[in-house]
Amino acid sequence: IQADGTDGNCVTFVLHDEDHTLGNSLRYMVMKNPDVEFCGYCITHPSESKINFRIQTRGALPAVEPFRKGLNDLMGVCQHVLSTFERSMKEFRAQK
Amino acid sequence: MAARRGADEMRDRVVLGEFGVRNVHTTDFPGNYPGYEDAWDQRRFEEAFRVDVIREEEDTLEFDMVGIDAAIANAFRRILLAEVPTMAVEKVFVYNNTSIVQDEILAHRLGLIPIRADPRLFEYRNQGDQEGTEIDTLQFQLKIKCKRNPQAAKESSDPDELYFNHKVYSKHMTWVPLGNQTDLFPDADFRPVHDDILIALLRPGQEIDVLMHCVKGIGKDHAKFSPVATASYRLLPDITLLQPIEDEAAEVLQKCFSPGVIEIQNINGKKVARVANARLDTFSREVFRHEGLKNLVRLARVRNHYIFSVESTGILPPDVLVSEAIKILMGKCQRFLNELDSVPME
Repeated sequence: IQADGTDGNCVTFVLHDEDHTLGNSLRYMVMKNPDVEFCGYCITHPSESKINFRIQTRGALPAVEPFRKGLNDLMGVCQHVLSTFERSMKEFRAQK
Repeated sequence: MAARRGADEMRDRVVLGEFGVRNVHTTDFPGNYPGYEDAWDQRRFEEAFRVDVIREEEDTLEFDMVGIDAAIANAFRRILLAEVPTMAVEKVFVYNNTSIVQDEILAHRLGLIPIRADPRLFEYRNQGDQEGTEIDTLQFQLKIKCKRNPQAAKESSDPDELYFNHKVYSKHMTWVPLGNQTDLFPDADFRPVHDDILIALLRPGQEIDVLMHCVKGIGKDHAKFSPVATASYRLLPDITLLQPIEDEAAEVLQKCFSPGVIEIQNINGKKVARVANARLDTFSREVFRHEGLKNLVRLARVRNHYIFSVESTGILPPDVLVSEAIKILMGKCQRFLNELDSVPME
């Protein structure tokens, strides 16, 4: 990752080797954070696989915090989806 | 109350109008709706989320994911198509090819054949490594020669009778263990998933003698590495009748939708239409072509109910593919978390 920003509150992260798969889902998780004033991502050029991910926080919170929280929340979501899916598959097979 | 209902509709439903679709984007972010709790809460998500498996066959899986957002459902779909790794033929060493099929066409066809080998047992090949070691390569051989059948009848023109081995199928590919692969995989049987894939046609005197190296790759690199025939999702349809519809209008309404969606009940001698099973509908919007009916029905989709349909090529069962896709998304997040913690941000 690279970071770029004038002050700690609004930072543009450049994520390499990523595309809409992580970009859109991470944007959703970061937007759900009430401290975030602006969050967006864009793909600079479709031939290069990197995304510009921008976070702007209201107040004095450094922008890295919502980024980290978003990643952790997304991990939590995936973990829960995985366990629920496996449990449902087991139940479905048991009652077949 | 009406304002609340309108807000509920905007948050939960994607409405299909006559000329366009409304409320497409997710808007339930904190601060957009006063009086709604929209900040992320893992516990609330876990209470509302559920997965229902509808149908499972050998290679297809249909399941519902309820309570998740489009961004994450789409991420799973994209990963299923392009980032779950499989093994496929990458390098073809042609020792002899006197068939009518050119070398590169033959190599391309061999690459597209799905190979029944669990990719989790193998590693990726290192960049620039030409030889391939036993932990990242599977070797197959295809050696076949077409001969004339001396016992064939004089006037027969059926190629099956006249020639031996004139059709080259994928069952003619044999696994050649490399190094200590026989010890690593004692009861493994690496072969193509389907035995009856036609690779080439031969005539007497022509032969094919090739050695193939299979490596692990992902669909982003080349579509031959994609483990699914297709993986798609659709949103659950939601049809509401705004007013009671009776008699001939009910008959017309039933024909506007897919069979089984609208059923007609006999109440007090009159025929009344009722939405029986909205899930079956494919939303052809036929109802908008009838002037009398188009304002009486609301076509919508439930925004957070996804009906996934995953069809595997046979390499891995579809439920394993979905689990792997979820783990890959977790791996991506973990990679960035590790980078954040290790590299100081400037």
